[in-house]
Amino acid sequence: MTFRRYLVLAFVSVSAPLGDTFLDVGMKRIGPVSLSDVTTLFHAVSTPWIAGGIVLLIGFFASYLTALSWADLTFVLPATSLGNVVVALLARFWRHEQISLSRWAGIFLITAAVGFVTQGPSYTEHEKPAIAQDVEEVCHP
Amino acid sequence: MSILHHSGVTNAAMIASIVVAATVGDVLIASAMRQIGDLDEIKTHSGLTGAIKAVVTNTRFFCGVAAMAVSFFSLLFALSHADLSLVAPASASLTVVTNTIAGKLFLKENVDRRRWLAALCVCIGVVLLAR
Repeated sequence: MTFRRYLVLAFVSVSAPLGDTFLDVGMKRIGPVSLSDVTTLFHAVSTPWIAGGIVLLIGFFASYLTALSWADLTFVLPATSLGNVVVALLARFWRHEQISLSRWAGIFLITAAVGFVTQGPSYTEHEKPAIAQDVEEVCHP
Repeated sequence: MSILHHSGVTNAAMIASIVVAATVGDVLIASAMRQIGDLDEIKTHSGLTGAIKAVVTNTRFFCGVAAMAVSFFSLLFALSHADLSLVAPASASLTVVTNTIAGKLFLKENVDRRRWLAALCVCIGVVLLAR
């Protein structure tokens, strides 16, 4: 694991909850949307908070795919779960919500889980089938 | 009593559909990315366009995205019938467990004691966060 790859995992953890929070702020500013006025949703996409949230969520998906191309799903999962912690911290320090003791315990457990997993190998190497190896040898003698 | 029981079964069925679809989606996308290979290397050789092309031309990737879409709409459906405080933590924590099992069974990942412990911690942590 290189420093750059840890940065990608950090972006996976932060971008989704930050994107969700942007969407939350944007939709709270717009107010409740009724079924008779669905066009408001199209207008919402062009507002800065919603547009920023969508960009962050696209960034999350791109970084999630990148991480899955060089790490196991069971390695990346705790990083995505860390998003729950980021949401709680954003709620506490940005939205000024109160966090109970049980939530702090939850934050500690998820952070500990990420700590456990990052200590181990990130990718399970599978042996290539014999035919594929032969083809490679023919192509690259 | 029977109404409560029915409600419990309905909630369980809705949560199960979210979890199953999300797990299928995650496994298919992870499998597709393993099939495609290291995106960093592809980007070095073929540029960003080559990397995007490698992803969007993969059938397994699209099946994974379709399963994720089913999971998302199942979540919306469940939220219209049940409380967010039940559906969100239950589906999130169960998905971590089912993904770990599916990672071991279908992706043949090396899920050692450390990863099982991490899945358990995430599971309990999500439930505590939702309280």
